[in-house]
Amino acid sequence: MDRRQERELEAERKAAMAALAQAPADELKRLCAAAGMTHEAEMLRGPETGLVSVRGRIGGGGAPFNFGEATVTRATARLPGGEIGHSYALGRDKEKARLSAIADALWQNPTRRAEIEDRILAPLRAAQAEADAIGRAETAATKVDFFTMVRGED
Amino acid sequence: MYVAVKGGEAAIANAHRLLADRRRGDRSVPALRIDQIVEQLALGVDRVMSEGSLYDRELAALAIMQSRGDLIEAIFLVRAYRTTLPRFGYTRPIDTAAMQVERRVSATYKDLPGGQLLGPTFDYTHRLLDPELANDPAIAEPEQREGDGQRMARVSEILAHEGLIEADGELPEDHLTGDITREPLEFPMERDIRLQALSRGDEGFLLALGYSTQRGYGRSHPFVGEVRIGEVELELDVPELPFPVTLGRIRVTECQMVNQFKGSAKAPPQFTRGYGLVFGQSERKAMAMSLCDRALRAGELGEDITAPAQDEEFVISHSDNVQATGFVEHLKLPHYVDFQAELDLVRRMRSEHDKRNQSNETEQREAAE
Repeated sequence: MDRRQERELEAERKAAMAALAQAPADELKRLCAAAGMTHEAEMLRGPETGLVSVRGRIGGGGAPFNFGEATVTRATARLPGGEIGHSYALGRDKEKARLSAIADALWQNPTRRAEIEDRILAPLRAAQAEADAIGRAETAATKVDFFTMVRGED
Repeated sequence: MYVAVKGGEAAIANAHRLLADRRRGDRSVPALRIDQIVEQLALGVDRVMSEGSLYDRELAALAIMQSRGDLIEAIFLVRAYRTTLPRFGYTRPIDTAAMQVERRVSATYKDLPGGQLLGPTFDYTHRLLDPELANDPAIAEPEQREGDGQRMARVSEILAHEGLIEADGELPEDHLTGDITREPLEFPMERDIRLQALSRGDEGFLLALGYSTQRGYGRSHPFVGEVRIGEVELELDVPELPFPVTLGRIRVTECQMVNQFKGSAKAPPQFTRGYGLVFGQSERKAMAMSLCDRALRAGELGEDITAPAQDEEFVISHSDNVQATGFVEHLKLPHYVDFQAELDLVRRMRSEHDKRNQSNETEQREAAE
């Protein structure tokens, strides 16, 4: 595998992990159960909850500053086949972290990737895209349409 | 000799039991659920997250429930909880220009790209109580309209093209981002530390200070360049992965205050800026924060420091409501020994005072005779 392919694969994995992190916990649990996703995994780390310090930038684009913290739960799982998966997500749901780490490990096995993509990631992405589209449309409906009143004598 | 006085264990235990009872209130009224607080008291939850300095809606809602709706007590609970958790790292700085915007208004440009999006605002409501709400009326679904989905540049980027507005705040290349949760406060401080303190500062305190600048105590001629509310993605660099991992999204409010500035020995006439960034939907707080940020830059911009809002040590030392409530409220705890000592002192001073008066009177009488 050359460097370009490697980078593409990394980008795909990053997107897959992002979909897992942003998933509502109940929905992820339901999809994993429906997919009959293996629960035979050794937990190498966690699931454990900690904090991240959240950074912004002065003026929006200037020097970084810390403006608060957020709870994050992470896990690392190893499958019987040796694949190691990680998960990080906002919040304190340990079962979500465990399932996400297993899903990430399965995703790295090329023979299981399509199954994880189709049965877990695709529905999560679709739900997120739909929720975002609705949110945008609801916000767009509150856009001010300015109009000019014609006045004067001519 | 030091005499320890003990007592009150039973009284304290019973007081806490009574508190638990009063918190729950009438048992025939259904108990509140966390999800009800998260969904229906969302802005109170946001305030607890912002001033508790911890983004976790369910925890903030639990704190509100446990504190009987006393938000400063809830903020205290959240701050205490924070200290029990390990720190995984610092996120990459959020990009507010890439926000999934829920509200965005500008008071300086009518026709800015992306437009004026009012979102779920109290503005333009008539502030009339609605008794109907008590009967849980059906609420209509929001209207929807096709959006253009274009990236909404921050208004500061638009003004920057004319060169009449200062750039986003930069700090020296070798500056390490400060963190008030790790190092004690020292004055004077850099703007990054000040903004961290302001972001967790008490909304009421910052609001009053911001208001004071409008009323002439450190006037700064402000305009809201932009307020935006929405969700931004968080990313964290971790050693085990070759890319920054996405943690999910948080809702933030950002305020770009734009201030007319006549120039000084240090800077030419231009628009200067104050910045506000807080967790959740907290427009008033973000605006107050940006007014205070600008006022506190007086020294940097060569302005005279004449008003409380411009006094960094005064503002930052008193903006944290957990510290403030701790010191004010500790006054009600037993001070029996301190007070006894003061009582003895006042008695002695009084008797000396009386003696002095008596002898003065005697002298005056003798002089008169």
